[in-house]
Amino acid sequence: MPNPGLTPGSMFLSEYAMKSKYSIFSLLRNSLSYHQNWERKWRSPDPKPAYDVIIIGGGGHGLATAYYLARQHGITNVAVLEKSWLGGGNTGRNTTIVRSNYLLNESAAMYDHAIDLWENLSQELNYNVMFSPRGVLHLAHNVHDMQEIGRRGNSNYINDVDAEFITPDQIKTMVPIINLNCRYPVMGGVLQRRGGTARHDAVAWGYARAADSLGVDIIQNCEVTGFDIKKGVIKGVKTNRGVIKAGKVGVVTAGHSGVLADMAGMRLPIESTPLQAFVSEPLKPIIDIVVMSNTIHAYVSQSDKGELVFGGSSDPYVSYSQRGAFNQLEHVVGPLVELYPIFSRLRMMRQWGGTVDVTLDRSPIVSKSPVKNLFFNVGWGTGGFKATPGSGHVFAASLASGEMHPIAAPFSIDRHYTGALIDEAAAAAVAH
Amino acid sequence: MSQSRRLVKGGRIDRDKPLSFVFNGKTYQGYEGDTLASALIANDVRVVARSFKYHRPRGVFSAGSDEPNAIVQLEEGAATQPDTLATCIELYDNLSATSQNCWPSVEFDINEINSVFMRLMPAGFYYKTFMWPAKLWMWYEGIIRKAAGMGLAPKHPDPDRYEAIHTHCDVLVVGGGPAGLAAALAAGRTGARVILADAQCEPGGDLLAETDELEIAGEAASNWVSKTLAELRDMPEVRILERTTITGYYDYNWLTALQKVTDHMGPDKGGNLPRQRFIKIRARQVVLATGAIERPLVFAENDRPGVMMASAVRTYINRYGVLPGRSMVVFTNNDTAYQTAIDAVRLGAQVTVVDARPAPQGDVVTRAEALGIQIMDRSVITNLHGRMGVKCVTVQHLGEDGTTLLGKPIPFSCDLVAMSGGWNPTVHLFSQSGGKLRWDDDKTMFVPLAGPAINPSRSVGCCNGTMDLPGCLAEGLAAGSKAAKDAGFGTGRAPKAIKATARPEAPLRPLWEVSCHGHKSRFHDFQNDSKVSDLELASLEGMVSVEHTKRYTATGMGTDQGKTSNVNALAIMARIQGREIPAVGTTTFRPPYTPVSFGAITGQDRRELFEQVRTTAMQPWHVANGAVFEDVGDWKRPRYFPQGSEDMHAAVLRECKATRDSVGIVDASTLGKIDIQGPDAAKFLEMIYTNAWAKLGVGRCRYGVMLSEHGMIFDDGVTTRLSDNHYHMTTTTGGAARVMGWLEEWLQTEWPEMEVYCTSVTEQWSVASISGPKARDLLAGLTDIDLDPEAFPFMAVREGSFAGVPARIFRISFTGEVAYEINVPTCYGLHMWETLMEHGKAHDICVYGTETLHVLRAEKGFIIVGQDTDGTCTPMDVGMDWIVSKKKADFIGKRSFTRSDTAREGRKQLVGLFTDDPSFVLPEGAHIVDTATPKPPLRALGHVTSSYMSPNVTGPDGVNGDKGRSIAMALLQDGRNRMGDTLYVALMDGRVKTVTVTDPVFFDKEGERTHG
Repeated sequence: MPNPGLTPGSMFLSEYAMKSKYSIFSLLRNSLSYHQNWERKWRSPDPKPAYDVIIIGGGGHGLATAYYLARQHGITNVAVLEKSWLGGGNTGRNTTIVRSNYLLNESAAMYDHAIDLWENLSQELNYNVMFSPRGVLHLAHNVHDMQEIGRRGNSNYINDVDAEFITPDQIKTMVPIINLNCRYPVMGGVLQRRGGTARHDAVAWGYARAADSLGVDIIQNCEVTGFDIKKGVIKGVKTNRGVIKAGKVGVVTAGHSGVLADMAGMRLPIESTPLQAFVSEPLKPIIDIVVMSNTIHAYVSQSDKGELVFGGSSDPYVSYSQRGAFNQLEHVVGPLVELYPIFSRLRMMRQWGGTVDVTLDRSPIVSKSPVKNLFFNVGWGTGGFKATPGSGHVFAASLASGEMHPIAAPFSIDRHYTGALIDEAAAAAVAH
Repeated sequence: MSQSRRLVKGGRIDRDKPLSFVFNGKTYQGYEGDTLASALIANDVRVVARSFKYHRPRGVFSAGSDEPNAIVQLEEGAATQPDTLATCIELYDNLSATSQNCWPSVEFDINEINSVFMRLMPAGFYYKTFMWPAKLWMWYEGIIRKAAGMGLAPKHPDPDRYEAIHTHCDVLVVGGGPAGLAAALAAGRTGARVILADAQCEPGGDLLAETDELEIAGEAASNWVSKTLAELRDMPEVRILERTTITGYYDYNWLTALQKVTDHMGPDKGGNLPRQRFIKIRARQVVLATGAIERPLVFAENDRPGVMMASAVRTYINRYGVLPGRSMVVFTNNDTAYQTAIDAVRLGAQVTVVDARPAPQGDVVTRAEALGIQIMDRSVITNLHGRMGVKCVTVQHLGEDGTTLLGKPIPFSCDLVAMSGGWNPTVHLFSQSGGKLRWDDDKTMFVPLAGPAINPSRSVGCCNGTMDLPGCLAEGLAAGSKAAKDAGFGTGRAPKAIKATARPEAPLRPLWEVSCHGHKSRFHDFQNDSKVSDLELASLEGMVSVEHTKRYTATGMGTDQGKTSNVNALAIMARIQGREIPAVGTTTFRPPYTPVSFGAITGQDRRELFEQVRTTAMQPWHVANGAVFEDVGDWKRPRYFPQGSEDMHAAVLRECKATRDSVGIVDASTLGKIDIQGPDAAKFLEMIYTNAWAKLGVGRCRYGVMLSEHGMIFDDGVTTRLSDNHYHMTTTTGGAARVMGWLEEWLQTEWPEMEVYCTSVTEQWSVASISGPKARDLLAGLTDIDLDPEAFPFMAVREGSFAGVPARIFRISFTGEVAYEINVPTCYGLHMWETLMEHGKAHDICVYGTETLHVLRAEKGFIIVGQDTDGTCTPMDVGMDWIVSKKKADFIGKRSFTRSDTAREGRKQLVGLFTDDPSFVLPEGAHIVDTATPKPPLRALGHVTSSYMSPNVTGPDGVNGDKGRSIAMALLQDGRNRMGDTLYVALMDGRVKTVTVTDPVFFDKEGERTHG
């Protein structure tokens, strides 16, 4: 239902004519002029005095939200406020894994919705986000793991999410570098063929370009310093570039969601901890799928550039530092070398950290708030990247209608009061 | 002589030790002391590698870890090492290396076609294409993946050994150049414990590339280095770590280092030594003396083989006795490159200096002119010819604006271009430590911003922007003294200054990019093939932030992490955006400084030393008796004991039946055991568990469930009161460490006032659990404890002797039979076990493993936490309302029961399931639905948590027998209100199984056997 408080825009407004299309032909044409005539991917506008909707946070989720607001709901008088450079938070720091084989129905619905959107995202945005459904394999190393993947595979089946049980022999064929008889012998695995990886930066850039062409103002280096709340209703935001009025505000931040909530006089059930990742030097292809192991808390894939991309669990202590402790990395490297003995001679080229906002049940908060017209889409913890299109899509629908989209509804902040937690980690004893 | 570019004398190579090596299948000669790069140059091998994206021919570029071009695959087979810098490989006999990223050969690489289509492949071209048809992306991606990447991973496990060690010191000096040596000397003389880490095979830094003209303390610099090292080596508290790169600088002055212990000897030559050592250093104080990296000049075709850094050329001449070119153009905007020109011309090279500065003056210029070197001032190289190696450059005058080209282009034939665009202090570690940088306009470089450091460190010498030798030495001495004082040694006053040759330098002329005619490639990032035009494109498309530009153009994203490219890129971006360089910002310097092998990080914690296997005292017996093991946490536990040709199914049926018929025995040593003592122990347990503990009598046991703050079951076990303030807690095997941490967390963070002490005693006790109708008979002959049920009732403990050793015997049961858990000190564990097995023969004893344990407990409806519960189950959900005290004021999780969802009706509840087909064992994890014809997506009502074939349970249809009867436990929505209902289990293969909901207690519902 359209909200009367908002101006229904139109994606056909000529003011923001669709940008010229990217294709091999535009590349050819532009190469003739030595690439000196490409358009900007997005404008760099000054903030207007007021917007129908302000999105705080220019990461993948925020940009996707803005894009779908404009594209699906015709709401184009939208600003995305980013305190630094867009895509610079966890969007640009994650290990790019995309999958939807979650155990619980609520999670499966959210992440599978995202995969549906991932599959056509490059074409939809006219920007190659390199979504590569190469398959995501979860290994089972003991009887308990087998029970875990058994339940999860069955749950996926019931939810119509693709899942296949794989034998050790099949695993060896798919991942020849694996050592099945390591300290944690590989007893089996569950494979989601529709899962894979995507090029993380391109997701932010693609959404930004597409949103911008629909009229969304993307305002970088614009930090929100407070909210303008009157009688329990959001009226606008205070920023380092002045006060900006807004009909509705969506907080789509990561790493500092608690800080934003504090500005609105709320506390979120969130702790922020570092999550680290690292890459090897580039190599010719040696691993064609994403392999995850919950028992050893390590996962690996190979980027298109050839780097092996590794990740593990988040650091156990809270911090906003975007850097973690080295021992956490050692906990990942040791098992990796055990599982893939050839990694021993490969080298770590770069390590980095991000800050992840982790809720009580490690599931996100996609929710209304006690302040009218102030919405939150935060707390994606260690697994938000894969949800980017789905999260943006359902959050945009929720912002547009004022009522939470059915897929988003279970992720209400209220669940922390009612106890209706979506506790994937507890349920499966896995990180996600 | 095969080494056509080798000088007849000079250099720090050992000409008495010739070495032969193979590069790309051809055999060459070099000397001990060479690097692979210097040996290749000596043999006039110009094309060493192909570039990442365009596959352009590339040669040796630098002489250190900043090398972006000469990246090779070292050795073959299991010992192969991809992506290795030829400049950092010390030559050894029979070394073998190949060029990577090229086919069929480095001279003729088919993928150089990319170079022809370069114009179609600017920065980020792949974001704009490969989108049609959508289905073909995976095919496109396959081609991209094959074309990308660099070296080849080994195919076989690493044959080498590694060490990872911890060490600490008062002062860590990073870098063994003049500043670092001076710092180590000053700190060492105070008696402080000093570590001097230097990446090279011998300390000395750039002094190793000097001629004897350069004097320190009145003698040739190389002599001073030797004397200084000798003095340092004589100091008992000083350690010099050679071939050791400090790779990471973390908080609280914790640094990581990679020491190459035997890499320089070649494969299999290291004897007992590890290949590499990963050293984790905690330093009170750090002195960073990491030097500076020379900046390339960004001009047309500047990536061709034969274009090298001027300082590197000088290093090859003076340190390695190699003249990289006979006809050389030195292209510079500063004084330092003149030393290269001077040294080269003295050795017979033809040298022309192309200096961007108008009328350069000063001592070094005068000396060059005196040697007859032609100096072209106000000049730049605007073009370069020679695809496989420099043949000719075009030189033109540069206008005052720094961009306009004036006059006629003049061609110069040459075989080498030695360039210098100035210097960048090596601030990587400083930045990693949390330090901020400051742009110094006079020096045109980023230098460490002085001020209170987050981590106590001092930058000295070139890495601090102090480029003159006397200054480096003075800073080193001062910082070494102060660091020692801050660490508690000495007075902090620097030793007497060390005199050294001063080489005053005239200012440089900033020259970030050199104009050229037309659209020629001007590379700023060589490894990732990133050009000025890419930076311009990024800016044109709105990629203004430095991080966007970096990610869009891949600048600085190579294995060199932009050591030579980042500052040039920033300056060019500043020009494009019309901003000052510092306004553009810098990217984050991420560890490691140079890549670190994963093997080294792992150290000795691999193979049998990786996550050591935990076994019980009875392990030898289990192995000898054919146990099949399973991993439970870090433990190996017997899963079943097959007899003859039995499979698991048959063995488990036999074990289950025998236990209920006579007596079974299981090794229960792995269960977690925590000794809890203190005056507040009872109070503590009241909070940890849901039920009442204060009134539990001494000598009595009680089953307890502990909850998370959400009120969800977290672990369970039996805890026994041994005396008033002394309890013995047991936990699940997998949960032992977690529970221990949980108890400590509450004690330390929430209830510090409680006087309670928890000690893990899991390893201290060996436990044999015997159960079955004959358990008491078996035990009777072996202990002095009165086993009469009146004297030793169910849920009690008795201490006494068992088979001659002290024992605690708990009468508790996880099988529903009369059962005793006999605990003896671990040293007697095997004795206890063997005694029981020997005496058990008369009672038809049957040994069983975890699988039978699971079936027996399922027959009784006992849960396994983590299998039948999943972190979303309250005690009420699993039918244990009785265990939650209504009277207690508080316990962990209590408040959560008031939450509406936790308190609501119809939650998932634990039930039993009987399959209509008694021979079909449901797969664990299968989901329950209410339709007989399911087709996903479906609404599941619950799932099967445990499922077995039982030989002891009789189904509703009366079916039982030798083959057994299938039973299952399940979590089912509103399960307790569905007793007797018929439901369906949807299998993943499309089959549907009909089940009847039942009570989860399948056997001996009244518990008569337990109390017998």
